[in-house]
Amino acid sequence: MILLETKGLTRIYGGLRAVDDVDFSLARGEIHALIGPNGAGKSTFVGMVSGRIPASKGEVWFEGRNITSLPAHVRIKQGMAYTFQITAIYARLSLFDNVALALGSRDRPAVLEALARVGLADRAAQTAGDLAYGHQRLLEIAMGVAQAPQLLILDEPTQGLAESEIEGFNHLIRSLAGDTTILLIEHNMQVVMALADTITVLDTGKILSRGTPDEIRANSDVQNAYLGVG
Amino acid sequence: MTVNARSTVLHLGLIAILIVLGLVLPTYHQGNLARILVLATYAIGFNVLFGYTGLLSLGHAMFFAAGMYGCGLAMHLADWSVLPALGMGLASAAALSLVVAVLALRTIGVAFMIVTLMFAQAFFLAALYLGEWTGGDEGFVIAQARRQLAGFALTEPLTRFFAALTVFSVALLLTAWLMQMPFGRILIGVRENEERTRMLGYDVFRHKLLAVVISGTISGGAGAAYAVLFGYVGATFASVQYSIFPLLWVLLGGMGTTIGPLIGAAFMFYLIDYASGLTNAYLLIVGAALVLLTLFARAGIVGEIRKRWVPWLP
Repeated sequence: MILLETKGLTRIYGGLRAVDDVDFSLARGEIHALIGPNGAGKSTFVGMVSGRIPASKGEVWFEGRNITSLPAHVRIKQGMAYTFQITAIYARLSLFDNVALALGSRDRPAVLEALARVGLADRAAQTAGDLAYGHQRLLEIAMGVAQAPQLLILDEPTQGLAESEIEGFNHLIRSLAGDTTILLIEHNMQVVMALADTITVLDTGKILSRGTPDEIRANSDVQNAYLGVG
Repeated sequence: MTVNARSTVLHLGLIAILIVLGLVLPTYHQGNLARILVLATYAIGFNVLFGYTGLLSLGHAMFFAAGMYGCGLAMHLADWSVLPALGMGLASAAALSLVVAVLALRTIGVAFMIVTLMFAQAFFLAALYLGEWTGGDEGFVIAQARRQLAGFALTEPLTRFFAALTVFSVALLLTAWLMQMPFGRILIGVRENEERTRMLGYDVFRHKLLAVVISGTISGGAGAAYAVLFGYVGATFASVQYSIFPLLWVLLGGMGTTIGPLIGAAFMFYLIDYASGLTNAYLLIVGAALVLLTLFARAGIVGEIRKRWVPWLP
């Protein structure tokens, strides 16, 4: 069953086609990684899916409905959650307040449970901006998870996380799998290979390849464009 | 005690202290305090938008004056009694703030400040232009005989004080309650990180729109109360000066604190009062005090107290 589909999705900046006629589909319950070199259009693509960036052309379908014309906050209410590439938390509010805003409720046990999923429950009263960078990333992930979305979009979630924290992150994402569909932009190939059911490789705004981790690893085009180093 | 219970105690305690002050203060200070309470109500309205939502309007005088003219003209020209005239003042301010919000919120940041400033200037000039009814910059006086509410003469100092205190208390408790509600939390979210708030699924535009309307209506309520309690309506209250005052009061008292607007308004009122008793160049002393406060208490008086000693202050 298809949860998310894009048809001919395109974004043009000036003369540059940052995302170029992308047909993409995502099955419910899947963990899908979006990889590609810098500037491949990954963030622009998920920006158009979530509604942050208006599409120049093409359509976005979510749960069988055309949501192309809906503003971002309505798409989020319909079951998407989005974590930013550059950490976007409420730096001057407490962790509790951050998660409470994500949950839309100040129910204490629920907020603490959401924080506990990333191991931050004991810091609920702390000011978010005072956390170490890695912990801020984890808080942002906790806010995404707290929304209990159908589709969780993570833009480079493990950037700046320590090895041990990445372990915890992988564990968290696996625990969500099945209920939550996950679209993951990620540069850390170990994380991608460990988590993803399917991988799409973007290059210069187009889909270069799509397949299982093993297929992608074996694909020579992908190796040339992106994985060459590994 | 939970934070909510503490803030309820704080607010009711403050109101109780003000009641006692109203009863024991000499008439001069009682009159001052009544004026401060009405101006603090205006600052509370401003604080909803500036302190909690993070939107800096430089044109709030138009809302204050809309309430003042709406109420004052209804009494002066149409002989309305106090209560419906106050309602008219509130309705005028609400209507104006809705129109201004729809137009001004298409902009952000500095552009929002300029657009609100320009709307307020247009309002100010319109008030002068329509001098036949508004009395222009001379304004008009509302007859003492009309300023009666349920048999009480609002011209009598103690009655006037308690009427001012009632207006202030309603605004204080209303905003304190609002900021505990999910709606208020979302406004704070908009202030702290608008894009994040949108991407948590909140309709940021709608919340900002409501914040402008609530802020403008409370400010207009203060303007209407000013007209009724002090019996004078004039274009000075629509001038740019009266758009800057609430900004100063809120900055001095502590933006985004519930009691900051009162502390800021009282501080500034008595600073001017005291300094003008010392010298004709009192604005020099006022200016120096403001510079010192910005240097050493950047969060404002209440904001600084919250930062250093009492983190739960609402």
